Amino acid sequence: MGEVWTLAEFSHGKLSSVSYELLNRGKNLAEKLNTALASVVLGYNVKREYIDELIARGADKVYVVDDKNLENFLVEPYAKVLIALIKEYNPEIFLAAATTTGRTLMPYVAVKVRTGLTADCTVLDIEEGTGNLLQTRPAIGGNILATIKTPNTRPQMATVRPHSTKPALPDRNRTGEVIYKKFDEDVFLSKSKYLRFIKDESQQVSLQDAKIIVSGGRGLGRPENFKMIDELAELLGGAVGASREVVDRGWKPYPHQIGLSGKTVSPALYIAVGISGAIQHIAGMQTSENILAINKDPDAQIFKIANLGIVGDLNEILPLLIEKIKAYKKKEAV
Amino acid sequence: MKIVVPIKQVPETSNVKMDPKTGTMVREGVESIINPLDLYAIEEAIRLKEKSGGQVIVISMGPEKALEAIKEAIAMGCDDGVLLSDKKFAGSDTWATSCVLAHAIKKIGDFDLVICGERATDGDTGQVGPGIASFLDLPLSTFTSEIISIDEGKIQVRRLVEGGYEELELKLPAVLTVVKEISDPRLPTLRGKLRAKGVEIPVWGPQDIGVDEENIGLKGSPTRVVKIFTPKVTREGEMITVNDEKSLEEAVDKIMEFLIKKELI
Ligand SMILES: Cc1cc2nc3c(=O)[nH]c(=O)nc-3n(C[C@H](O)[C@H](O)[C@H](O)COP(=O)(O)OP(=O)(O)OC[C@H]3O[C@@H](n4cnc5c(N)ncnc54)[C@H](O)[C@@H]3O)c2cc1C
Ligand SMILES: Nc1ncnc2c1ncn2[C@@H]1O[C@H](COP(=O)(O)O)[C@@H](O)[C@H]1O
Repeated sequence: MGEVWTLAEFSHGKLSSVSYELLNRGKNLAEKLNTALASVVLGYNVKREYIDELIARGADKVYVVDDKNLENFLVEPYAKVLIALIKEYNPEIFLAAATTTGRTLMPYVAVKVRTGLTADCTVLDIEEGTGNLLQTRPAIGGNILATIKTPNTRPQMATVRPHSTKPALPDRNRTGEVIYKKFDEDVFLSKSKYLRFIKDESQQVSLQDAKIIVSGGRGLGRPENFKMIDELAELLGGAVGASREVVDRGWKPYPHQIGLSGKTVSPALYIAVGISGAIQHIAGMQTSENILAINKDPDAQIFKIANLGIVGDLNEILPLLIEKIKAYKKKEAV
Repeated sequence: MKIVVPIKQVPETSNVKMDPKTGTMVREGVESIINPLDLYAIEEAIRLKEKSGGQVIVISMGPEKALEAIKEAIAMGCDDGVLLSDKKFAGSDTWATSCVLAHAIKKIGDFDLVICGERATDGDTGQVGPGIASFLDLPLSTFTSEIISIDEGKIQVRRLVEGGYEELELKLPAVLTVVKEISDPRLPTLRGKLRAKGVEIPVWGPQDIGVDEENIGLKGSPTRVVKIFTPKVTREGEMITVNDEKSLEEAVDKIMEFLIKKELI
């Protein structure tokens, strides 16, 4: 039986925590299949401490390709390296995060190795009897869930929605095997060139990494009122989201948009303020662990998926909430 | 510039109804539209043509009905269209769909750019654009939010990634998938609609594009849908109504309690 592989992902020189979430998923699958769990790391100057961290978090093996040409993500060289590794080791399952990188790289690779790929999965399991990977994902704007399998080709590939599971916890006593692989220059040839990264200065925390997201909708009434959303997010150490109505009105730029035609997020807490909960919005946030909704319309769709719903005027609720959080923080700080 | 834009016709899902018994979408009376993100791809292609001349060709794989989508794209300002329609294409997953579209694009030939929507609202995978790039061995920019410049066989683009933007330079021909930040789609004009009526849209099957039948339709698709079901919403869902000072105080206290209990503060 081939191994279960997860792609470790770097973002700006650091391993991102989705890498550990994938190990958590992978561990469960590898145990059921009675096979080894491996992480694949592609990058430049891959520090030993990162490799050790992957092992502590559950990897039995770590494949490392460390090359100057892999410093920044570019789909062609990354894909060529992964395809070569897949051909050599024939993994049974290969998981990556459904980040912009995973969603670009995995389909490029899957085409070339002629295997199936399931996008943005939220549940993964092994089918009794056949040992096939059962990949469940939301489709049609989250209206349905579909379970998909790849019965005849290997590896079975999937991208996994970030935050849809907890990161595996480290166990410093674990040991694992580290395999360094080298490739010839021609593998890294690319028709694209990485130019630069431009940080979004308007967000302290990126939406996809945020534990808490505070989102505002048209119910805020005026762009100035968005300051309350910004303040609440800052107090909670969270990121700011928005509905499409808000983005279309220019109250917040597009990178903040959550939903079908915006970002898909899954934070520990999603606070929806003045958002009706149209299915296109819900499609982007319904897998959040907790949802708090504030809306003056008791029939708003958003309440159907909220753990806690407050029916009332946000103009009254937000200022008081901000005040109470400040008081609480002051008290805690003493 | 010769630009190919693959578009998909999808059900209008803004007020989708699900059959609670079968867990499938109620399709009766549901209107078909161009996949919303593909409108941005079409718009960007037309703008490039308007700036530097050339031709925009839309292609769509789907039932005959998808002709409507192609005609609409032409009414917006695209020049030509091709429909990929054949029983043998039915049941294609993203692998087989990319395969068919890549073969069609190769047959069209001599193109500089392929511009796709980032994802379609029904399948919602975002895999077809990268799949086309892979089949054609072309450089790729996904989540593209801006075309910065095109000259001397190169294109510079900006893409939306976690925490900011990234800029890339790709050799042409290249494949882009676009997000809605890239443009603002125009509406079809009356003149465009008249023109669209007159444009002959060829319909291609597997032989026309020289694709191996082993690689298309259900037979060519490595994935299988095992089960479709409606998600169960399992939230305890407590509701509090604010109608006076006292209930306002209570509601906010409740939020505080919630944040503290869940260790979110
Ligand atoms: C193809 C397609 C793709 C789409 N993609 C997205 C997407 O990615 N993301 C997205 O968000 N939308 C998307 N939409 C749009 C979506 O259908 C909704 O139009 C949008 O989400 C509504 O935004 P909203 O909730 O802010 O506004 P509204 O629906 O207008 O809701 C405002 C809410 O605020 C409440 N409110 C008003 N005043 C107050 C007050 N004082 N206090 C408390 N509550 C108040 C109202 O009761 C109401 O429920 C898409 C639509 C289509 C057709
Ligand atoms: N059947 C199809 N015909 C033409 N283009 C398609 C088709 N399916 C997908 N596409 C293109 O690929 C993009 C991504 O679709 P998807 O991978 O299905 O989410 C769409 O926005 C279209 O540009």
